[in-house]
Amino acid sequence: MKRAIITVVGKDTVGIIAKVCTYLAGNDVNILDISQTIVQDYFNMMMIVDTSRMSKQFGDMADELAALGQEIGVAVRCQKEEIFDMMHRL
Amino acid sequence: MINLHEVTQTNKMITEENLDVRTITLGISLLDCIDSDLGKLKEKIYRKIYESAKDLVGTGEQISREFGIPIVNKRISVTPIALIGGAACRTKEDFASIAAALDSVAREVGVNFIGGYSALVSKGMSPAEELLIRSIPLALSTTERVCSSVNLGSTRTGINMDAVRLMGEIIRETAECTKENDSLGCAKLVVFCNAPDDNPFMAGAFHGVTEADKVVNVGVSGPGVVKTALEEIRGESFEVLCETIKRTAFQVTRVGQLVAREASRRLKVPFGIVDLSLAPTPAIGDSVADILCEMGLEYAGAPGTTAALALLNDQVKKGGVMASSYVGGLSGAFIPVSEDQGMIDAVKAGALTLEKLEAMTCVCSVGLDMIAIPGDTGASTISGIIADEMAIGMVNQKTTAVRIIPVIGKGVGDIVEFGGLLGYAPVMPVNQFSCDAFIGRGGRIPAPIHSFKN
Repeated sequence: MKRAIITVVGKDTVGIIAKVCTYLAGNDVNILDISQTIVQDYFNMMMIVDTSRMSKQFGDMADELAALGQEIGVAVRCQKEEIFDMMHRL
Repeated sequence: MINLHEVTQTNKMITEENLDVRTITLGISLLDCIDSDLGKLKEKIYRKIYESAKDLVGTGEQISREFGIPIVNKRISVTPIALIGGAACRTKEDFASIAAALDSVAREVGVNFIGGYSALVSKGMSPAEELLIRSIPLALSTTERVCSSVNLGSTRTGINMDAVRLMGEIIRETAECTKENDSLGCAKLVVFCNAPDDNPFMAGAFHGVTEADKVVNVGVSGPGVVKTALEEIRGESFEVLCETIKRTAFQVTRVGQLVAREASRRLKVPFGIVDLSLAPTPAIGDSVADILCEMGLEYAGAPGTTAALALLNDQVKKGGVMASSYVGGLSGAFIPVSEDQGMIDAVKAGALTLEKLEAMTCVCSVGLDMIAIPGDTGASTISGIIADEMAIGMVNQKTTAVRIIPVIGKGVGDIVEFGGLLGYAPVMPVNQFSCDAFIGRGGRIPAPIHSFKN
């Protein structure tokens, strides 16, 4: 399994999760876990996904998700899980 | 499983606190390029560097995109050119033409600096080494990306005072040759005591002769992350302060370890070291001086500064050592003046002097770094400043360095713009009393008593 973390931060609006999920489904990326909070109208979501069946280059997906985020006015980042494991796990 | 809080913390460090990997530096040995024919030598050097480094920038950018961590610089270090060019170069111009070849291959592969226009003369100078040193002003004024360094002393050998005297003159000459650009050439020239073979940071990076054919070294950064962590614990005891720095340094270094491992795997080049350095930039919130202020000093340079810096440096190492499988290079806090907004502010406020900076270099990783001094400062005074700094390194068994810029045409209080990561600096006053007769003595200072460990 090749896990990645997608984060979405921005002002809450209709259809954020739908847009991101549609993109992921279209690229054969499986969602393993979703957690989210809304603090003072600010939407903060994290998804753990499996990219092992994806045919795209990882960097291209990260760029496309960032562009998708811009369209709907939120910041979307997609990062390989290792960076978080390295920083927060011994 | 990673949770939302941890992900948010990491991304806040990256997006708001300037966490980045400062450099991936590819060390390349040029020993197999040596040839007595200068033309052939340059061709071999160009080819070897190009073949070794053509994927470096692309790989760095790919890693950066996949992990969402900025990798600010991709750079190259090579074997000291005095060793490589010795058989082929007869004149200063011959050596400078090698610098031109390095410059053009650096541009071709897209790295912003290439280090290793260097000579290691801690005990004595061979004719080739002296010729390379004398060619430095020409080389640095006719190239854009080449960095030069000279090792003038070590704990094991003492200090080569002939070379110290020569470097005072060379620094002045380099300043003159680049006076149209605020003597920028001197920002690409550093002298060392105990120079490390595996330093990834410029201007002092070179690929030591003890290294493998190629090696990937990574320098991390993150003063802003440490500063923000300390904001949370204002007024707490030194124990809490130290633990917080250590924990933060661990996290910062883990990112460096990850990037180093990935770069090594993708470039198929062995992983050398992670350099655990807190390297500031002129950007707001990316300052080592700000960390010292956050600890409780009004400005860097106030009484207590040396103690605060000693503590910071030690905790960065303690936190970083466990985070990486190999640690090396300079490893510690950098205190360049022009590259750190907090240091610039301290100089402007009159809180920070050259003498205090010298004291600070006793307890941190580098030395007198990126300091602008008046353009009329004499060569022997520069040599005196260098000799003092080399003595600190020699006696304390640590690396020390001097990168000072006598800015031709400018005096105390004037502002000098170097641009980009090199920043800007107010010209600082220098002690006006003479050391001519001291510097004028020939020879070398013997190794200190504690170097005899066999």
